[in-house]
Amino acid sequence: MSTTTYNVIGTRPVRHDGADKVTGRALYGADLQLARMVHGAILRSPHAHARILRIDTAKAEALPGVFAVVTAADFPPASADKIVDFGEGDTLLSSLRGNILASGKVLYSGHAVAAVAAVNAHVAAEAAALIEVDYEPLPCVLTAPEAMAPGAPILHEHLPNGNIAETVRYEMGDLAAGFAQASLIVERELDTATVHQGYIEPQNATAFWSTDGRIQIWCSTQGSFVARDATAAVLDLPVSHVKVTPMEIGGGFGGKINVYLEPVAALLSKKAGRPVKLVMSRHDVFTGTGPTPGSRVRVKIGVNPEGKITAAQAWLAYEAGAYPGAMVVPGAMTVFACYDIENILIEGYDVVVNKPSTAAYRAPGAPNSALATETVLDEIAEKLGLDPLSLRLRNAAREGTRRADGPRYKRIGCVEVLEAMQASPHYNAPLPGPHCGRGVAIGFWFNVGLPSSATLSVNADGTVNLIEGSTDIGGSRASLAMQAAEVLGLRAEDIHPTIVDTDSVGYTGVTGGSRTTFSTGLAVHDAAQLVIEQMKARAARLWAVDQAAFANGVFSSNGHSLSFAELAAQLGSTGGPVSCSATVNPKGVGGSFAGLLIDLHVDPETGKTSVLRVTSVQDAGKAIHPAYVEGQMQGGTAQGIGWALNEEYFMDAAGDMRNGSYLDYRMPTALDLPMIETIIVEVPNPGHPFGVRGVGEANIVPPLPAVANALYRATGKRLNRVPMNPATILGL
Amino acid sequence: MKAFDYAAPASLPEAVGLLASQPAARLLAGGTDLLVQLRSGRKQADVVIDVKKIPELNEITLAADHSLTIGAAVPCYRLTDHPAVQAHYPALAEVASWIGGTQIQGRASLGGNLCNSAPSADSIPLLIALSASAHIAGSAGRRSVPVEAFCTAPGRNLLAPGELLVSLHIPAPAPHSGAAYLRFIPRNEMDIAVVGAGASLTLANGVIAAARLALSSVAPTPLFVPAAGDSLVGQAPTPAALEAAARLAQAAASPISDMRGSAAYRRHLCAVMARRALELALTRAQENH
Repeated sequence: MSTTTYNVIGTRPVRHDGADKVTGRALYGADLQLARMVHGAILRSPHAHARILRIDTAKAEALPGVFAVVTAADFPPASADKIVDFGEGDTLLSSLRGNILASGKVLYSGHAVAAVAAVNAHVAAEAAALIEVDYEPLPCVLTAPEAMAPGAPILHEHLPNGNIAETVRYEMGDLAAGFAQASLIVERELDTATVHQGYIEPQNATAFWSTDGRIQIWCSTQGSFVARDATAAVLDLPVSHVKVTPMEIGGGFGGKINVYLEPVAALLSKKAGRPVKLVMSRHDVFTGTGPTPGSRVRVKIGVNPEGKITAAQAWLAYEAGAYPGAMVVPGAMTVFACYDIENILIEGYDVVVNKPSTAAYRAPGAPNSALATETVLDEIAEKLGLDPLSLRLRNAAREGTRRADGPRYKRIGCVEVLEAMQASPHYNAPLPGPHCGRGVAIGFWFNVGLPSSATLSVNADGTVNLIEGSTDIGGSRASLAMQAAEVLGLRAEDIHPTIVDTDSVGYTGVTGGSRTTFSTGLAVHDAAQLVIEQMKARAARLWAVDQAAFANGVFSSNGHSLSFAELAAQLGSTGGPVSCSATVNPKGVGGSFAGLLIDLHVDPETGKTSVLRVTSVQDAGKAIHPAYVEGQMQGGTAQGIGWALNEEYFMDAAGDMRNGSYLDYRMPTALDLPMIETIIVEVPNPGHPFGVRGVGEANIVPPLPAVANALYRATGKRLNRVPMNPATILGL
Repeated sequence: MKAFDYAAPASLPEAVGLLASQPAARLLAGGTDLLVQLRSGRKQADVVIDVKKIPELNEITLAADHSLTIGAAVPCYRLTDHPAVQAHYPALAEVASWIGGTQIQGRASLGGNLCNSAPSADSIPLLIALSASAHIAGSAGRRSVPVEAFCTAPGRNLLAPGELLVSLHIPAPAPHSGAAYLRFIPRNEMDIAVVGAGASLTLANGVIAAARLALSSVAPTPLFVPAAGDSLVGQAPTPAALEAAARLAQAAASPISDMRGSAAYRRHLCAVMARRALELALTRAQENH
């Protein structure tokens, strides 16, 4: 457990962007106004699967007030297909382009077909409705099992294996021998529905293609460099021709890594000769951006009489949506990642279906597979008469445990999370009455490294400017400034973080994979170390000594001493300003384990679930800003509970989403959840100077199975489909 | 959304005159349904007539006998906050606090809820249970119809071109009477009723002297089930009697399956929600001396 003491790390200062955000001054993409700017609209497919026979834009172009109309025909010719790297995943250029503006076929209802720029958004919408598209409707297929069946409608004729775009297989030990040693074997199959991240701010992009051939883009993105690189790839331009300025971001959760609007706004701007702004409606967000896959997962686990797992098998089929790339690989990698198991077989299928192309969503793929593993373990614990946490502790992954996909764990906190759950006041409190149930589950997410850059400039008043490229979704300005302050011996308030455009800072990967506090934090730490080295040299010069020391915020040598601020004031006379940059590509990423305890009540007459008490437990490595760690834990838990209970894409047989609004896409509101209690476990990550592990994702993995297990305890029913909504609970 | 002309008459005669010349005009009170429908393309408008500026449509009048007249444009929050409404019509104050969120309640009106004529409208089953009538004005004069006769199909009602809703009138509650509206939603707020039930019940000499029951979201219009209320008249208010009345309401329902619930689930909920609404109305009747 963490024992190092810090001055700034572990405290809870007010976030640097807080005042602007609570007073409405922070600028989001929709707030942007540029001289001569015009407004765009996108025409979307009404069919889930159809061949495009003809697109006629003449009437739209003739409407007064229209500046430009574009279709896929306006993309520059691509010589060969290539892979576009998104940092947290990659895609083929042809898929990326095909999803941005359909060509040949539309593959889901909501698929973008054409776009218009006009004097205002109303004229643009009117013009979009004037575009004539002749479709030849084709049969659609909406779920992975149906899409894998013989005779299913085929989405992509060039895929060699029907709708199965990719398979993954991990094997370890001897599965048959493992099951032969088991005294109890439980096998279950569970489905999950397509769900959306539900960020509050819709996607938006404003682009200006200037006459010198360079493009400026302002957008809501989790990664400005990824948006730059993807836009450049789609438009077949060098990356240096695109500059992306990230605006403030109203949530992303993985869904704002892909580009949808940026290249379209750029193409419209090129034709219009003006800046063009595109803003999605909520319905566009549901039907035109990437939700997370629906899935079918079958898990079979065998245990010996002592509750030691002897073998485990998983079969996973995930719906990629219209283009390959469901998160089945991480689903397969994480399905048994919490446990030390000798004999394993995992098979996964990435299946294309006529629904929106899926995107990352907080630990993408892991909640789907954990649902099956953790509910099967709950059933095993019940049948063996074991405490469900004790069963998990008996099998928990530890340092040295080998995961089925290859790696051996370094120091991890799986056992510590389980022990914290067992010792928690919640786990030791009685349930309040009848029709109530308590569920437990745990989950794992890897976290990633990826490159990050930062620059620190010392001001004469003793403060420090921090220039960085990680868009701030969850309080990263604060967590990064605090790491700089810790090294520099300053207060968090003395660091002024600014997130800048892609021309103004070194390459920085996405704010995703729970990496920003870890990876950009390391860049900030390294830059701060360089600042201290230069400042020590300045102090030495000032005092005419060989070297000066720095400790507790004070430079000293031979009886001389100066505070950071005092020395900062003298930089001008000791050689000029100090400014240092660092770029890192760290390999020491540490995975995070999380657990959930949840108490539910079910109304036996209506099937309605009330959430009574929730405790989220997670290994943060070291919590830089505990309040924002707690916020991540509460956020992931709230999203997971919504996913488990009520959220789903409700599709009709024709493939139309019938509930594409926040009225009918039933995310939990503040009135549906109690205050979520948190327990931060700190098992420092040896791969980071402060021990940081990412905390953004693992917390969404346990809620699905924890809810399922609690519902079983409350109702006696083991349901096999998420969402476990009131009608499902009553079997109606 | 296409541009439209906007008019805001300051008196009822002016509004009736405008409507006579623009019979296809859309009427706007709070606009919480109309603006959403215009933006989504579900409705079109060349002319929108805002009725909020008409004094008669903005009044809450409690008569000496405690009968209540609610102007068609009175926003929900004024009913929720009104001391006399709270005292004499607690179920009405409650339902006004359930339609939409706080911002919506600052604009949305019960009159608008009725004129929007959604099968799922929260206020209509309660208005039916309370024997409310709708007062209508048009160039041919005024008329009054019972609320249960107002809606004719999803989104449709018996307002003729050129007519507008002026107010809702609720007769004075009888002694020892109570009313309630309950809805089932999977979340705790901000949702459309999967099934709703409005009930009123009057006690006299230990038996039920009168009862009315209506359901929402289970038929093309809010559904008044006279047989359910009639079955209770003359009966002692026993659980079995309430359950039997609820079963009659369930039998009258013809729900559909959609994203908010399957027909089978809705049919099941009819009996549960009707019984619970009757139970709450009974409790209130017993407390109302």
